[in-house]
Amino acid sequence: MSSTDHVTPAHAAHAHPNPSVHGDGHSHGTRKSYLTGFALSVILTAIPFWLVMGNVIADGMITTLVIMAFGVAQILVHMIYFLHMNTKSEGGWTMMAAIFTIIVVVIALSGSLWVMYHLNTNMMPGHTMDPVNLM
Amino acid sequence: MSDQFWTFIFGRLNWDVLPLHEPILVVTFIVVALGGIALLGAITYFKLWGYLWFEWFTSVDHKKIGIMYMVLGLVMLLRGFSDAIMMRLQQAMAFGGSEGYLNAHHYDQVFTAHGVIMIFFVAMPLITGFMNYVVPLQIGARDVSFPFLNNFSFWMTAGGAVLIMMSLFVGEFAQTGWLAYPPLSGIEYSPASGVDYYIWGLQVAGVGTTLSGVNLIATIVKMRAPGMGLMKMPVFTWTSLCTNVLIVASFPVLTAVLTLLALDRYVGTNFFTNDFGGNPMMYVNLIWIWGHPEVYILILPCFGIFSEVASTFSGKRLFGYTSMVYATVVITILSYLVWLHHFFTMGSGASVNSFFGITTMIISIPTGAKIFNWLFTMYKGRIRFELPMMWLIAFMITFTIGGMTGVLLAVPPADFVLHNSLFLVAHFHNVIIGGVLFGIFAGINFWWPKAFGYKLNQFWGKLSFWFWIVGFWLAFAPLYVLGLMGVTRRLRTFDDPSLQIWFIIAGIGAAVIALGIAAMIMQFAVSILGKNKEWDTTGDPWDARTLEWATSSPPPAYNFAFTPVIHDNDAWADMKKRNAQRPVEGFRPIHMPRNTWAGIVLAGLSVALGFALIWYMWWLAVLSFVGILAVAIFHTFNYDREFYIPVEEVIATEAARTQMLGAGK
Amino acid sequence: MSTTQQVAGDDIAFYDLDPHEHPAHGSTMLGFWLYLMSDCLIFATLFAIYGVLGGNFAAGPSPTDLFNLPLVAVSTTALLLSSITYGFAMLEMEQNKQGTTQLWLSITGVLGAVFLGLTLYEFYHMIHEGAVPQRSAFLSSFFVLVGTHALHVTFGIIWLVTLMVQIGQRGLIPANRIRVQCLSMFWHFLDVIWIGVFTVVYLMGMLR
Repeated sequence: MSSTDHVTPAHAAHAHPNPSVHGDGHSHGTRKSYLTGFALSVILTAIPFWLVMGNVIADGMITTLVIMAFGVAQILVHMIYFLHMNTKSEGGWTMMAAIFTIIVVVIALSGSLWVMYHLNTNMMPGHTMDPVNLM
Repeated sequence: MSDQFWTFIFGRLNWDVLPLHEPILVVTFIVVALGGIALLGAITYFKLWGYLWFEWFTSVDHKKIGIMYMVLGLVMLLRGFSDAIMMRLQQAMAFGGSEGYLNAHHYDQVFTAHGVIMIFFVAMPLITGFMNYVVPLQIGARDVSFPFLNNFSFWMTAGGAVLIMMSLFVGEFAQTGWLAYPPLSGIEYSPASGVDYYIWGLQVAGVGTTLSGVNLIATIVKMRAPGMGLMKMPVFTWTSLCTNVLIVASFPVLTAVLTLLALDRYVGTNFFTNDFGGNPMMYVNLIWIWGHPEVYILILPCFGIFSEVASTFSGKRLFGYTSMVYATVVITILSYLVWLHHFFTMGSGASVNSFFGITTMIISIPTGAKIFNWLFTMYKGRIRFELPMMWLIAFMITFTIGGMTGVLLAVPPADFVLHNSLFLVAHFHNVIIGGVLFGIFAGINFWWPKAFGYKLNQFWGKLSFWFWIVGFWLAFAPLYVLGLMGVTRRLRTFDDPSLQIWFIIAGIGAAVIALGIAAMIMQFAVSILGKNKEWDTTGDPWDARTLEWATSSPPPAYNFAFTPVIHDNDAWADMKKRNAQRPVEGFRPIHMPRNTWAGIVLAGLSVALGFALIWYMWWLAVLSFVGILAVAIFHTFNYDREFYIPVEEVIATEAARTQMLGAGK
Repeated sequence: MSTTQQVAGDDIAFYDLDPHEHPAHGSTMLGFWLYLMSDCLIFATLFAIYGVLGGNFAAGPSPTDLFNLPLVAVSTTALLLSSITYGFAMLEMEQNKQGTTQLWLSITGVLGAVFLGLTLYEFYHMIHEGAVPQRSAFLSSFFVLVGTHALHVTFGIIWLVTLMVQIGQRGLIPANRIRVQCLSMFWHFLDVIWIGVFTVVYLMGMLR
């Protein structure tokens, strides 16, 4: 069995319209996109920390919802600017896998909270999982 | 030497953990040991170690790995079935004050091991074996996306099986049922090694399964032959894709939950304890979030097998391909919305129970659609009653009945009466045996000629078939009756003598199934050792429809000398219809991955790690863990993982095939 | 010269007689992404556990007693910085500059180690105060969620060091490039998980 020196088709310079996207859809960033993502992340981190540490909003529930929204926003920033998620990567399978995963995660998280809340209420007096604790 | 020293070296291993006081185990050990020595001796005597190592154990060929999975699954079937026989015998005997022959400590391990082995080490390896063997061939590929990972996945599954089997002779197994609910599985109520064998056996096997899932998804997405769009894939490939999506999206939950249970046991955390804020119900919730997709993982590949069998042995294209695909995808998604039906009675209340009851009923609809599609495929077809078709018909009847009892159980008020009764036990055996096992038997008879070049013996196969059908119904119909009368599952002794007759009938059923298994072993033995094999010279003994039948039987290492180009569903049927000519010249050297020693070594170290953790041998745990890391990192320094099959070899292989095809005419 | 197999009466090819080589590592990015999705589910389970059990203090210490938000802000900054330094490493790799790639990779590793150090310090401090994982379900959930994340960062650093050695030995060959790309996905994924952790555990913990 011979072993030949196998030369992979090198990543040759080929004309592409979008310099940050390869033929098969794998994106990579530009310096600008990384810095933009970083700046957005800093803002989206600093504000929640400030809101909580500074006790800025009186209502705990509203603060919770706000920081969760910021968290979701920052996750999206990371997905777009750092992970370069797009609908073309791997023929759309990357996005499909991510969406399916998110659906399963949401079902598992919300389903567990819902089910356990009911179980605790009915079966474990004293462990009623105060709604504020849930958030 | 001080006690401290010995405890350090041996952890909690000591002579007492050997079950010398249990005669059944002593006898089993003697038989296994003698058999094992004979086997090892024979391999040594015939100088087969080199052959086994280089041709099988280190192989990254998906076909060889598929066959090894099948061997593992079939061997473990014998162990799992022995547990079943033991239970039937005990339950048939233990009336009128009789304790039967198994004490509680033993009996509880038997029913736990039976479930764990059948699900994780029989059904999973067998379906994984099929998917591994068949999918790359069906999509016109040379192998899976990650052949090395494939080898590693197999050995991790085998490693998990080794740990489970060890528990027979060193220590004990869990006595908790196959899902090991806490608090019973916590350290307080199960302080000995049993639950730890359970945890680490499943964790090791689980790594293999999850990685196999990643592998097959990538393979199906990336390695299809040109022209094979998603809606031109064979149905078995579609069901494999959905199965592996379920695997990747559910096994991590099992991994996490077992880790949390392990932390409770080893470190004293309070996830599932009764005190300090723990909540055992959360374990039940999480484990079934894994557990329900798991049963679809088991059945979907078998639906795929039956689709291939239905069309092949009706001589017709599958009816309703598009609806089959949609039904499979819908089942995949819906399987995440029904898990609570496994614990309706735990107390979540009416609103939660109704939601999950309704979703459970809805999920039966796509499966029903599939049954009709198979039926309509057969309608006005030229049906050939070969063994795969026989298993299909048996499945359609058996599985449908089992499915109906499932819909019955989906009604929460009904489930309040029937939960954890023998009715439930009958239901899930009905669908798992009628669906998964019959599908596996159909698949074995269908693809055996492809894998080995000759058909399985028909006489013993049909004998096995009839024993299984009769035996299954004899064994489980009484359980439906008993369940409706209120008998609980997992009982060891009974007070009501009027129940005994049903258990005796069930015991007879188990004996008939045993004959079915014996006949199947005879079928293999006669076929493998027989002199007058029904050789398959064409590669297509069934006049089948998908690409795996376009290769020789068995296929060459590289599967296809030239990648096929696809134009229609049932690509091979299409090629035959349009008289496609197999190329006989212009061959090239073929790029293939090298064998690997790293898979079996890493799995071996994982077994050592598991054993060390079970027996509290911390020095060995650390050593094996470091060893795993070191070997894995060392392996990544090996960049020379591929070679070329020289063109002369390809030419010779293809020429031999041309000759055989000519001779067969 | 026809490169397809002609069939009598048909102008259709059934075999690809002039195939391109399958691009090496063609499945690797997708495969690694799929593994990351499975890892996502492990964390989802741990978040679910934290969601359900995180309020069970068992009359022991609660988040307000324990959490040091300024410290968490520092470790969050370190991890976020490490994400962008990895991004810079990727940019240098695109330009085929091995030296600066290695430089940015090493800075990433150092920042990762800083994050780890701060997390371990926090754990040490809590344990010292008696807030051990065994004290309550809240603490068990906290340690397992934050600890699993830290364990992933640890493995990431080990991988990073190994990769730097391999780049040092063989340069930025395609096999090494794909590994850098996979580690990039892993590293950013860990930062995504951390966003979840600091939001749900630390920030929301202080709001209880």
